[in-house]
Amino acid sequence: MRSSSTNGASDHINSRYFDTLLIANRGEIACRVMRTARRLGLRTVAVYSDADANALHVREADEAIRLGPAAARESYLDVNKVIDAARRSGAGAIHPGYGFLSENGAFVHACDDADIVFVGPPASAIAAMGDKSAAKTRMTQAGVPLVPGYHGDNQEDALLKAEADKMGYPVLLKASAGGGGKGMRVVETSAAFQAALEGCRRESLAAFGDDRMLIEKYLTQPRHVEVQVFCDTHGNGVYLFERDCSVQRRHQKVLEEAPAPGMSEDLRRDMGEAAVRAAREIGYVGAGTVEFLLDADQQFYFMEMNTRLQVEHPVTEMITGQDLVEWQLRIAMGEPLPLSQEELAIEGHSFEARLYAEDPDNDFLPATGQLRRFRLDLEGASLLPEQVRLDSGVESGDSVSMHYDPMLAKLIVHGPDRGAALATLNRALAALDVQGVVTNRGFLMRLASHPAFQAAELDTRFIERHEDSLFATHGLSRESLASAALIALHQLARECESTSPWDRHDGFRINGPRRIRIFLCDPKEGMAKNPASRTLIEGSYHPGASAWQLKVTPAEQEMSTHSASLTTLSGDAVAITLDGHRHRLLARRDGNEIVLTTPLSPSMQGEVRLFWRRIDTIDHGQHEEESTLTAPMHGTVVALLVEPGKSVAKGDALMVMEAMKMEHTLTAPVDGSVENFHFQAGDTVGQGDVLLDFSAAETD
Amino acid sequence: MAILDTRINTRSQEFQAKDAAMRAEVDKLLSLTDAIRQGGGEKARQRHESRGKLFVRDRIDHLIDEGSPFLEFSALAARDMYDTDVPAAGIITGIGRVSGVECMIVANDATVKGGTYFPMTVKKHLRAQEIARKHRLPCVYLVDSGGAFLPRQDEVFPDRDHFGRIFYNQATLSAEGIPQIAVVMGSCTAGGAYVPAMADESIIVRQQGTIFLGGPPLVKAATGENISAEDLGGADVHTRISGVADHLADNDAHALQLARRCVARLNWQKRGSLKMAEPRPPRFAPEELYGIVGTDLKKPFDVREVIARIVDDSEFDEFKRYYGDTLVTGFAHIHGYPVGIIANNGVLFSESAVKGAHFIELCSQRKIPLIFLQNITGFMVGSKYEHEGIAKHGAKLVTAVACAKVPKYTVLIGGSFGAGNYGMCGRAYDPHLLFMWPNARISVMGGEQAAGVLAQVKREQIERSGESWSAEQEEAFKQPTRDQYEHQGHPTYASARLWDDGVIDPAQTRDVLGLSLAAAMNADIEETRFGVFRM
Repeated sequence: MRSSSTNGASDHINSRYFDTLLIANRGEIACRVMRTARRLGLRTVAVYSDADANALHVREADEAIRLGPAAARESYLDVNKVIDAARRSGAGAIHPGYGFLSENGAFVHACDDADIVFVGPPASAIAAMGDKSAAKTRMTQAGVPLVPGYHGDNQEDALLKAEADKMGYPVLLKASAGGGGKGMRVVETSAAFQAALEGCRRESLAAFGDDRMLIEKYLTQPRHVEVQVFCDTHGNGVYLFERDCSVQRRHQKVLEEAPAPGMSEDLRRDMGEAAVRAAREIGYVGAGTVEFLLDADQQFYFMEMNTRLQVEHPVTEMITGQDLVEWQLRIAMGEPLPLSQEELAIEGHSFEARLYAEDPDNDFLPATGQLRRFRLDLEGASLLPEQVRLDSGVESGDSVSMHYDPMLAKLIVHGPDRGAALATLNRALAALDVQGVVTNRGFLMRLASHPAFQAAELDTRFIERHEDSLFATHGLSRESLASAALIALHQLARECESTSPWDRHDGFRINGPRRIRIFLCDPKEGMAKNPASRTLIEGSYHPGASAWQLKVTPAEQEMSTHSASLTTLSGDAVAITLDGHRHRLLARRDGNEIVLTTPLSPSMQGEVRLFWRRIDTIDHGQHEEESTLTAPMHGTVVALLVEPGKSVAKGDALMVMEAMKMEHTLTAPVDGSVENFHFQAGDTVGQGDVLLDFSAAETD
Repeated sequence: MAILDTRINTRSQEFQAKDAAMRAEVDKLLSLTDAIRQGGGEKARQRHESRGKLFVRDRIDHLIDEGSPFLEFSALAARDMYDTDVPAAGIITGIGRVSGVECMIVANDATVKGGTYFPMTVKKHLRAQEIARKHRLPCVYLVDSGGAFLPRQDEVFPDRDHFGRIFYNQATLSAEGIPQIAVVMGSCTAGGAYVPAMADESIIVRQQGTIFLGGPPLVKAATGENISAEDLGGADVHTRISGVADHLADNDAHALQLARRCVARLNWQKRGSLKMAEPRPPRFAPEELYGIVGTDLKKPFDVREVIARIVDDSEFDEFKRYYGDTLVTGFAHIHGYPVGIIANNGVLFSESAVKGAHFIELCSQRKIPLIFLQNITGFMVGSKYEHEGIAKHGAKLVTAVACAKVPKYTVLIGGSFGAGNYGMCGRAYDPHLLFMWPNARISVMGGEQAAGVLAQVKREQIERSGESWSAEQEEAFKQPTRDQYEHQGHPTYASARLWDDGVIDPAQTRDVLGLSLAAAMNADIEETRFGVFRM
């Protein structure tokens, strides 16, 4: 598919050559693009909003130009400001990264008008794919398969049924005006069609005042498989194989891999060629991704084309050995494609895991804060640099703000085959040292080591289907709890070692063990007086003994006893021996918070974050009933839902706050009442601010 | 800045064997102590608990600062001394930190014979007051006692160091500015009534504490008055009517909270001043002491290996290293406190005795506390030594030990025999505290030597009368003496009689000494005036 006249590179240098590249983006992708640009000898210009004035992409650029306030609309999305920045810095080209202005036709026009090279497709190609229904028509013309469906205006029962019969069952009946699952039904057989149609129409009419229906073939086990394509300005196009991005959460990709498991060479070629046809149909230039649904029967259907570099492009780079950003830049300069289709081959297997600042155990609530530590400890995990790549937009010490996408970094691994690459991914995830901000790392570890994922049983409903095992964090293993406790106890005991003997607080008794009692809980609970969720630990240690005796009592569970000893290894690594079973783990302490990381195993839970505190054993009879609720994140108070003083039951909603465009409802921890609110609707609150005083109801 | 080296091979058979033997002794000690902690048995505990009272050790836990150490004394007191079990002599004594102040805590255990005073109970109570006086520690009495154990009134009442001495001490301690606080958590009858009455401040628990010189039965007998204990001398009576008690508490926990506030109000300041160093743990594990020392007193060890596992950073500046080397002397720190250490490394010779005296003079002059690590069979005997005047040289050491006014702490880490005990600050030389390891033995001489001496005398008698004495006969004669010495020289026998302040796990020695030294800093270190040294 590559044209034979490839000697014309120098012809184009004069017209499209640039020596300065402005990256109209932020975070990891800005850093990633700059890395290649620098290698190619280009001067790099970053742009930034006020929130990013000291961000990594700004620090790494040769120059950086302020766009405006934190809000993306007034900075990264402001076409005029970006074009101005390019002019001011003398940038000959703009790389849009992904998101922001990357698929904005108006921006491409603005670049053209300003005589600045846009590193990406022409505006016409963006427009062609931007209009979804027009795109589908053109894809049909190009012979790219679409999900069979009926979108016509004729709504006669018989016609609709005939269409459905033609597609083959199961089919999906959808209200044309629909959304939110209303007026939507899966029909399994022809016989059931009529009844389903009537039901859907009723629902649709009630919900939307419109009973028009559309029909689509229902894919039982669809996978999201996308093909990376590249086209140059000389009419050449190639595909760099496929990626499987089936593991998604609310249409957000989480884990991606290349190549897609279980692809035959024929299917790979068919999909690749279809993707190139799709790109050519619209006169595409540069890097693009054609997304397909691949059903269990190996049929694939066009979904859409992304006219930009994808977040997950590194997995393609890992298996092809190519630098896709370099390809983009060369093509933008008018050079022909660096390699022909025949010269491209797949080597090994690659995974990418997206590390987000979000809390999987709290409905993926975005997290903010300061990253006290952020690094990948390859040495500690015995990993080689060529096996692991970390594309990061942050460094230790950086702040994670609420203004932008919470993705921090991408962890990319490569191995000779899928199994080896997956094992490396697990080790690498465990070797990530992230402190200060909650991340989805633990969730990623559970995903990556899930038996179904390891068996490549992939489809777009993977996370939904395995919800129980992926979110089963409420029951931490005794081993994890005991390990965290032991680390806390050691910390206490060591503090004691260095102080005057009477200042010690490890319960020294002559001829008896020292006894320290602590509790462990979810860091979110912290000091909230909610003993129900705490694990109680009593550690006793006699100086002559080689191990601690731990009594572990998780909330509402039986007590178990363990013999536990700890050896400090290099760095954060410790060896903990529990009842004769030695575990090696990374233990990070952050004040009273402990983050334990291990590769997942039957007894260890990958990433465990726990807050600990010494228990006051002495109850002098003053029962403090007050408790407070704190803001889980920076945000705005939306509404106060109860009147102070009025009784509420455990779990009742007390107030709503909004952050990162998501609403978060605070509920009553126990039966009781709100004493008073500290904020009113509309007030801005910082993470950890006390929102209200809550007093628990008297219990006998 | 000399760091002690170690030559111990922890993998050697000898080390392993010694370690196993010592661990067995330590385990015995720990399980014995564990049993004693249960107090007066299940029935008594249930009765105690059903009255809403806290157990004595829980009371102490409530009283002292959260998680802070409690340096308990003589848990083995009264063991096997009476025809009935009296665990810990029915009284718990020890140093604990209350509201940031190290205090002497004296607490009756009402689950043991109603907290009545046996002879050893009295001795232990008086010893606690003596320790408080030496260390200048405020005293907190948690009173819950039926008074003297009447069947043994002849051993608890009349003599100088009997029951009455408790109140004498309260008065004289208070006179020295050492606060006396009483918490009445049970009965304080007859003589016992004077504990709160003599206290500077007292607290009483409602519906639980009572104070009276004569209880209801005695009142009835004497005057015919019919009255309940509560109406006669309960908390309301004493806080509202009589003024015998000052503060009214709702329950045990509340009373102890009030006691903590009492201590917080003392305006207490430590007087001692030592030039502190940064506390650092020893370079070698204290548990290794087990395998170094072992339990066989005949197996020698280098005492420097012991010192290396007790002192900060194993740093020991030795004094007169090459002179009189059977006595090791030198400077070190324990938990940051500077100390002078005197430790036996063989039998005492004239040179070692004189060196010891010299070193004690140095420490007294500089006001550095002394630590005696005692493992001594005695002074060398024989004509050579008698002629060179080992008696007068030994006397110099004894004089120095007796007169030194710096805090002195003695640990019996092996044998403690004969005059060696005197020269190494035995009980008679008033060390601030004296502890024994479970392998230690104490007697006027070794059992073997005593049996030998007695057999020698006997053989002379027999041979004078022209009869013969076979080796078997001699052996049979010697065995009871050996047995007696072994029995009476054993730490549990010694500790039961309060010849010491407790038997301790060797691995805890450093902490015990550190806590003791820190407590001693409540008092000034006095100037020492030595007596005449025979030259």
